[in-house]
Amino acid sequence: MPILSINHNSLEFQPGMTILEVARKNNIHIPTLCHLAGCTPTGQCRICVVEVGGTDELLPACETPAGEGMKIMTHSPGVHEARKTIIEMLVASGAHNCLVMQSPADSWNSDQKGIMEQPWHGGLCPAYGDCRLQDLAVEYDVHVKEDHLAWEGHPLDDATPIIVRDFSRCILCGRCVQACNDVQVNLAITPPWGRRADHPEGWYPAADYEACTHCGECVQACPVGALFDRKSFGKALANEMDHIRTTCPYCGVGCQLLLHVKDGKILKVTGVEDGSPNKGRLCVKGRFGFDFIYSEERLTSPLIKENGEFRKASWDEALDLVAQKFTTIIQESGPDALAGVSCARSINEDSYQMQKLFRAVFKTNNIDHCART
Amino acid sequence: MTNSFSEFAKAKLFLVIGSNMTEAHPVAATFLKNAVQNGARLIVVDPRKHRLTDFADIHLQLKVGCDIALLNGIMHVLIKEDLYDKDFALNKCTGFEALEKTVAEYPPQRAAEISGVDEDTIIRTARLLASIKPAMACYTLGITEHTCGKNNVMTVANLQMLLGNLGMELGGVNPLRGQNNVQGACDMGALPNVFPGYQRVDDPAARKKFESAWQVTDLPDKPGLMIPEMMHGLTNGKVRGFYIFGENLANTEPDMNKVAEELSSAEFIVCQDLFLTETTRFAHVVLPAAAWSENNGTFTNSERRVSRVRTASPPPGQAKPNWWIFKEIAKRFGHDWPSSSGKELWDNEISILAPALGGIKYGRIEQDGLQWPCPTPDHPGTAFLHKDGNFTHGKGVFMPADWTPPAEVPDAQYPFVLSTGRRLYHYHTRTQTGRCDGLNDLLGEERADISQTDAAQLGITQGERIRVKSRRGEVCVTTHVTPEVPPGMVWMAFHFTEGNANWLTHAALDPFTLTAEYKACAVQLEKIT
Ligand code: SF4
Ligand code: SF4
Repeated sequence: MPILSINHNSLEFQPGMTILEVARKNNIHIPTLCHLAGCTPTGQCRICVVEVGGTDELLPACETPAGEGMKIMTHSPGVHEARKTIIEMLVASGAHNCLVMQSPADSWNSDQKGIMEQPWHGGLCPAYGDCRLQDLAVEYDVHVKEDHLAWEGHPLDDATPIIVRDFSRCILCGRCVQACNDVQVNLAITPPWGRRADHPEGWYPAADYEACTHCGECVQACPVGALFDRKSFGKALANEMDHIRTTCPYCGVGCQLLLHVKDGKILKVTGVEDGSPNKGRLCVKGRFGFDFIYSEERLTSPLIKENGEFRKASWDEALDLVAQKFTTIIQESGPDALAGVSCARSINEDSYQMQKLFRAVFKTNNIDHCART
Repeated sequence: MTNSFSEFAKAKLFLVIGSNMTEAHPVAATFLKNAVQNGARLIVVDPRKHRLTDFADIHLQLKVGCDIALLNGIMHVLIKEDLYDKDFALNKCTGFEALEKTVAEYPPQRAAEISGVDEDTIIRTARLLASIKPAMACYTLGITEHTCGKNNVMTVANLQMLLGNLGMELGGVNPLRGQNNVQGACDMGALPNVFPGYQRVDDPAARKKFESAWQVTDLPDKPGLMIPEMMHGLTNGKVRGFYIFGENLANTEPDMNKVAEELSSAEFIVCQDLFLTETTRFAHVVLPAAAWSENNGTFTNSERRVSRVRTASPPPGQAKPNWWIFKEIAKRFGHDWPSSSGKELWDNEISILAPALGGIKYGRIEQDGLQWPCPTPDHPGTAFLHKDGNFTHGKGVFMPADWTPPAEVPDAQYPFVLSTGRRLYHYHTRTQTGRCDGLNDLLGEERADISQTDAAQLGITQGERIRVKSRRGEVCVTTHVTPEVPPGMVWMAFHFTEGNANWLTHAALDPFTLTAEYKACAVQLEKIT
């Protein structure tokens, strides 16, 4: 196997791997922004640049193939400087005011106040605490003054019911473009690649709602606070939420969900990266179809019908009535006068228990569910 | 499914039949589209030009309910041109002669006449299927929800056996299950003829096994009723007590007027649900249940993968887990059941009683789930079934079937065929998705999809309210004029009570599965003046 070195460590690699892949395989950290797992690297952001001995240029690790004998430095002073410049540029390119937010409001200047008055900007950025750009700004000690932020004049798309696209915070990394076109293949965000010149007015990854399925894959891919969903907006900071893995309650694909939960309440859902079968992907129902559980209309008490109307009852009263009615029916007409329909949406343990009730207790096989629909 | 979703992205050729995958199984469709982008070929068989057809090499736009004629025509070509997998068909399967005899009656010309797909396309499809090995066949309810549903399924299997596409990776017969846990509910024995793990109730050994496990005697040996029989039983007093767990039968069963009649004639109905629904109107007792995120348990997806479901929040008010409710009822009959959590039920009962699940324990599925058969604690699970042609019953069996038309076909009075299904933004009767912010805004009412040709002919404009009538009922609904549906067809869903397609659908049943023909009935369209 060929060998190269990263930060003076000799490492083996498979031909065809990129420098980034070799580094990740060996737990060597190289920051990325535009890189989306499973997709062809675009080299758009260049934050992953590394020094390769013998060349003057810094090379992007995500798209540079590993070569025999390469001597790579991932955190040399030159690399550090280059990354810092990129981060400064990115922070300055939009309304990235999160670092300013930490200073008291009466010290804000007119730019900061101007940002705060924009729609969706009255509080902390929705990505606060879970933002790749913020992480990098902190790590590389980047400070950009608020009056240097180019926060004005970016489009805002908040006309649809679920997703908000706030391009004042877009860093043009292109991850949403790949998420939509290469991962979900919904082809709703037109890629700009190679056609910069066609967009003299500036390009933004806008969505075509004729094709968009509101799957939210682009939101999950967005490394900053440009794409977010209305449901979770402003509800909690990233570090306040617990993560619980579970399975989607809708269709038979059985996607693995990560529930983002605060105080026992689900606020947001993302796909479990690398989880089977969905590998992080979700559709609109799995990602945004959870809040029915908190509906005011949920049943909270057993009900018994009396004179055509339901009234509340205790569990004991309701279950005693069911048992007594069923006992009478079994005595008068035999167990086959009872029948039950189980639920194909509920957990296995529930269906098991219901068929056991019918078979072992009532002594009938009249148990079915909508197996064929 | 005989095979797995993880194979989709690597597959070489797909045959997708009666499956609107981009709307009904969206994430599965993404992997299929990835494969197509990487060069896989795609054959779509569907009356509608739905989104997946944009990615297809061949779209066979057949008439509703003609699947068997079309597939038999394809098999006719495969046999006639000697393109089938002889080793598989003759050595690994039985019944080839019978199949040969049946499909001999379906030369492309006849298959074309019946199905509306031209002869050349049929021949081209057969040749494409024979040229790339293996192919994955995927289907959904477009195959099963017909009076010939069972025969449709057999015919898809016949084709895959003839091509030798069973028992290997990237092949197989793959029904994408509608509900998240319909596979699991079957595995658990929520079926009238089998105990958990498909052990037959009329098998004395199986009864003995469950009698000793459950510490009871005299388990019933006669298979029970299926849902349509239960519903019918309500009207003649054969069924006096009816326990409905989580299903909104009033809106999901065909011919809603008939269903309402049946439910209202019941003597005693117990409903266990999250919400009051159209069905709970008929209940005498309603029991409040815990929801999906208020339970610890498992779901089993279409590829037989048992995955964990976890509690995120407590149920509201006095709502309780469903298994608890059943246990409490059993207690009132003097049965004291030992298990009192999802984990205990699974680890101590289900996985012990169902051999194919024997190796699956909660401790093993903390992360990714396991696919059954998984008989022992060190078994890795099974990604695809019938490896190397080893079928459960020895050999694969060809079960040839003749084409039969839908029970109700268009005529002068009801000239359109109505077909039904689900749309992307909602799930069934919307008891859940209708209560989620945003989803109702994306789709807020029932629609009837009709073709541009028919719209022009009837003078119907986009978005106009029209009346759709069948022999059973009528609804007023907003039209959606779309190139997706062919002339002569109306396509509707059953998400809303108002305008629900099931006011119109026909409760004609497949004689074996008792599945209703949701995919075909005859309707007329009328302008509302
Ligand atoms: S929501 Fe889904 S379909 Fe819509 S733009 Fe984002 S990735 Fe594309
Ligand atoms: S996220 Fe969508 S595709 Fe995945 S299981 Fe849920 S409903 Fe099905």
